[in-house]
Amino acid sequence: MNTVIRLRKLTKYYGKHRGILDLDLEVKEGEIYGFIGPNGAGKSTTIRTMLGLLRPSSGSAELFGMEVSSHKTQILKRVGYMPAETAFYSSMRVKDALAFSADLYGRDCREEAARLCERLKLDTKKKVEELSLGNRKKVSIVCAFQHEADLYILDEPTSGLDPLMQKEFFALVRERNRQGASVFLSSHVLSEIQRYCHRAAIIREGRLVVADEVANICKGSAKRITIQGITDITGIEKADLQKQENGISFLYRGQMQPLLEKLSKLPIEDLTITEPGLEETFLHFYEGGKKA
Amino acid sequence: MTLIKMELKRNGKSLLIWSVVIGGMILLCLLLYPELKKEVDSLEEALKNMGGVTAAFGMDRLNYGELMGFYGIYGGSMLGIGGIFYSAILGAGMLAREEQEHTAEFLLTHPVSREKIFFQKLSSMAILLVFMNSIVILFSCVSFAMIGEKPDWDVFWIYHGAQVLMQMEILGICCGISAFIRRGSVSLGIGVAALLYFLGLFSNITDKAEAAKYLTPYAYADAAKIISERGMDEKLALLGIAYGLIGIGVGFWKYRRKDIS
Repeated sequence: MNTVIRLRKLTKYYGKHRGILDLDLEVKEGEIYGFIGPNGAGKSTTIRTMLGLLRPSSGSAELFGMEVSSHKTQILKRVGYMPAETAFYSSMRVKDALAFSADLYGRDCREEAARLCERLKLDTKKKVEELSLGNRKKVSIVCAFQHEADLYILDEPTSGLDPLMQKEFFALVRERNRQGASVFLSSHVLSEIQRYCHRAAIIREGRLVVADEVANICKGSAKRITIQGITDITGIEKADLQKQENGISFLYRGQMQPLLEKLSKLPIEDLTITEPGLEETFLHFYEGGKKA
Repeated sequence: MTLIKMELKRNGKSLLIWSVVIGGMILLCLLLYPELKKEVDSLEEALKNMGGVTAAFGMDRLNYGELMGFYGIYGGSMLGIGGIFYSAILGAGMLAREEQEHTAEFLLTHPVSREKIFFQKLSSMAILLVFMNSIVILFSCVSFAMIGEKPDWDVFWIYHGAQVLMQMEILGICCGISAFIRRGSVSLGIGVAALLYFLGLFSNITDKAEAAKYLTPYAYADAAKIISERGMDEKLALLGIAYGLIGIGVGFWKYRRKDIS
């Protein structure tokens, strides 16, 4: 399977400030790839460097096997990009903005644009500046999807969209993916990543924490241990400790045997061991500050 | 062409405003000419005794009672000042406006090279300046017809050619600056325009400000000089073209490397 995105030791400094550090990442053709991280972690810096808006301080970014810095125009012809915050030329009407975008791709996308606008219930006669955040986001979706790209790079695509539109949006993403397009999706909404992505990467403070299949990230080595009957436990490494009225709950990432030995000596009333969700794993990575 | 079309459309309204205001002021002044012509002697005497002001606006060298002299003083001020400010604002906003209004990300994530964006934008700004000058010239011609006077066409065209050249030079310099800034382009444009204009005035008032003439395009595009000497100082004009080209070169170099936030 071909690699559509390959980042090698990608590093970006803004003066002395860290953007991203030694980022290695690969996205295969036909994948929906999730990219997770808190604000300021370097998600947008990564995406902007991939699109040639920023020049990397060191390392390289390749899309479709071509170096971004030297083949930007060829690469962007095959990319549909949806930025986190969309700004259009304020005096334009929606249909003008869509036509302008299509013109820059050198394509006549009127039919596809009309289909997408119908589907997203977007009024093309309105001025862009009069639109609500959600509707501006829809314009951005049509701009990214109207020219039928091979790779969609979506930065926080669902913020501002109502739940019905979010559903419609992901239906569209899945359709395009089934038709062979790859998707790189950055998001804060972990349930989205869990539901729609095949693989995902977590980034923190500019560094990649983990890149794996979503199922594996969720599994990891961490388990959510919930115990009734005791209110404290010592001698084992635990994260995200939550004390309850008659019990405790924590994330445990070690061997099971020592834990069970420890537990067997305690007056336990009830015990559950579950796989944490991505949400929990995410919080664990950031709040716990340790790698899985 | 897509970008040129977009820029012309986007700047159409402000082009009309600038052109009509400058052209309208020239028209108003020229409509006063027949009346002033009658009282020219006493007026000239009064104007010649205003010292520095007289020199600054070239009134010591132009014949107020002649159409071209009158046109040089009034048209020169209106188009001179207006042209400097309009071209400076266009140039300074050329690249910075995209970042200021957060549209740079939208534009630059489309498959268009930065080289193409730069030159299409520069061409659009140059076209806007040519349109502005054409409209102003049209106003002037209509004004001449209304007062039934005929200007010295040779000098008229040299003067207007010099104005276009001056505006292009400022456009080039400001577009160079534009590549380095992210916001505040309008105030910066106005600042550059005012600086060059006042340098021009100083070089008119005193010989001690001789060096200023090598810096400001106002030195070769000054109506008083062109009309009294029936020509433009070619050396200074060439220097101006060089400044403009350097501005464009520096802007292009920076814009190709620039991080877009």
